[in-house]
Amino acid sequence: MKNTQAALRRPHKKLSWRNYMKRYGTLYLLLLLPIIFFIIFRYLPMAYITMAFKQNNIIKPLFEVPWAKKHGMEWFIKAFKNRDFLFAIKNTVTLNLLDLVIGFPAPIMLALLLNELNHRSFKRITQTVIYLPHFLSWIIISGLALRLLAPTDGLINILLGKVGIAPIPFLNKPNWWTGTYVALGIWKEAGWNTIIYLAAITGISPELYEAAAVDGANRLQRIWHVTLPGLRPTIITLLIMNLGRILGSEFDRPYALSNKLVTSASNVISIFVYQNGIKGSQFSLTTAVGLFQSVIGVFFLLSANSLAKKFGERGVW
Amino acid sequence: MIKSRASKIGDIVIIAVCCVLIFICLVPMLNVLARSLSSTEYLIRNEVLLWPKGFNLDAYTTVLKDAKYTHSLGFTAVLTVVCTLLSMAMTIMCAFPLIYDNLRGRAFFNGFILLTMYFSAGTIPHYLLLKNLKMLDTVWVLIVPNCLSVFNVIIMRSFFYGIPDSLREAAEIDGAGPIRTLIQIYLPLSTSVMATLALFYAVGRWNGFSDALLYIKNRQDLYPIQLLLYNILQNTNSIEIGTQEGFFDPGVGETLKMATVMFATVPILLIYPWLQRYFVTGVTIGAVKG
Repeated sequence: MKNTQAALRRPHKKLSWRNYMKRYGTLYLLLLLPIIFFIIFRYLPMAYITMAFKQNNIIKPLFEVPWAKKHGMEWFIKAFKNRDFLFAIKNTVTLNLLDLVIGFPAPIMLALLLNELNHRSFKRITQTVIYLPHFLSWIIISGLALRLLAPTDGLINILLGKVGIAPIPFLNKPNWWTGTYVALGIWKEAGWNTIIYLAAITGISPELYEAAAVDGANRLQRIWHVTLPGLRPTIITLLIMNLGRILGSEFDRPYALSNKLVTSASNVISIFVYQNGIKGSQFSLTTAVGLFQSVIGVFFLLSANSLAKKFGERGVW
Repeated sequence: MIKSRASKIGDIVIIAVCCVLIFICLVPMLNVLARSLSSTEYLIRNEVLLWPKGFNLDAYTTVLKDAKYTHSLGFTAVLTVVCTLLSMAMTIMCAFPLIYDNLRGRAFFNGFILLTMYFSAGTIPHYLLLKNLKMLDTVWVLIVPNCLSVFNVIIMRSFFYGIPDSLREAAEIDGAGPIRTLIQIYLPLSTSVMATLALFYAVGRWNGFSDALLYIKNRQDLYPIQLLLYNILQNTNSIEIGTQEGFFDPGVGETLKMATVMFATVPILLIYPWLQRYFVTGVTIGAVKG
């Protein structure tokens, strides 16, 4: 099969440029717009990264702007002397770590649970419902959360009141806010993220389950010794991707959920960039911050990947 | 297979847990829906939980009378359709040539595209570029800069890879060019993945607001529904909607807010369950080589 395919293709490789273009030139025509898109909207912005090393001047053309003080490092130094920025780093890492420790295992457990559900139609209904929150925007979720978690008349606090628990300021005290942020993240994405794991589970050989059954394994032993090991590569790959994002920050989620009372917990790097850059016109400073964030992101991704490979896993690449 | 007693109990426990999960997913929506349909007196007394009391549609009719809100709904709907069509066209145009292993420069194109997934210039450089391109405060800034997602290109490409080469080669031997091969062979076989990606793009645009927040300053008529909704939710007393009497009544403002939330949610709730069997394949393909 491979050989015949190769034989079929071989003649094309010998085509002269002229004939090749006659036959396949349209492929380049198809690629033209996407490539132009990538050049303009993904690569051209990289030229503006130089703003991180230049004076904060966006009126002059980019290449005429003089370099910043301290050998161009002025903005990086200023950023790390900026209390708000240091707090933003702290908040970003805290929220991401909590997402990783609490949020990452949630879809795995959920997928294991769904996999054990034998009722086909009920399983389908469950899946449809738990995918639902993924399709809601963070604005809508913040609307739902504001209502449901309102201190005096929110559903949750009304119910808590009936059991005799004092109202909890879920969104109005920094520590509670952090917890709510993580919980809402799980509420939104845990169901959706089961899809990948469920697909990986269908790839596990049924023979393994049969062998386990012959050995008299009960449900939990089956999960522990067959299903979970079968999910290992998927878990590791997703873990690497998540570690790469440890300093990355979403914008929609903290922006939609935060309010004036909790800025000490909710101001993450992306919000810092928005407020100081777009609103405060400190373009050089915030470009430097963004560059720092991107570089750290790539660094974490590469290290997590090579670490995984060292432990004999496939990694992302 | 005869089930042991322990495993039957296990089944019941699992079903019970799933019921709780379904409940947790639906309660917020039901609570908001119930409140949006209830009359003020019951809301103030905190009597509305999951079922409306004093059923009425006043909040919805009031919201629909608000020109600003309906304009934004309509604008976002049109924007979503346009963006989705454009994005799909771009995604197919980008993914299809890359499956030809005799495409000269394929490795370069692949790398060129993939690199942007791992390293991004950042918010401010993008902003400065769009500013210099004079795209700020225009409708284009909501359409063009995010019209192509590398992740979706990868999903599309992986799906195309799954279609046997022999089909393509047969078409070529019959004299079909790449475009004809694409339209007559690949696209008809790819309806499921196209439905998935269209859903992703459409949901992304319908739910998106950060680009409008960053790039739209002086053109309120270009506010997508989510941004308007954010402003409504943040203003406790001064909802711009509902200039009717009763406006200062906190209960009424409350039902109005809930109604605006429902309007922004319902279109998605109507569409996604029908596409469920498709998007499961889409996500799975994407995960294979991310």
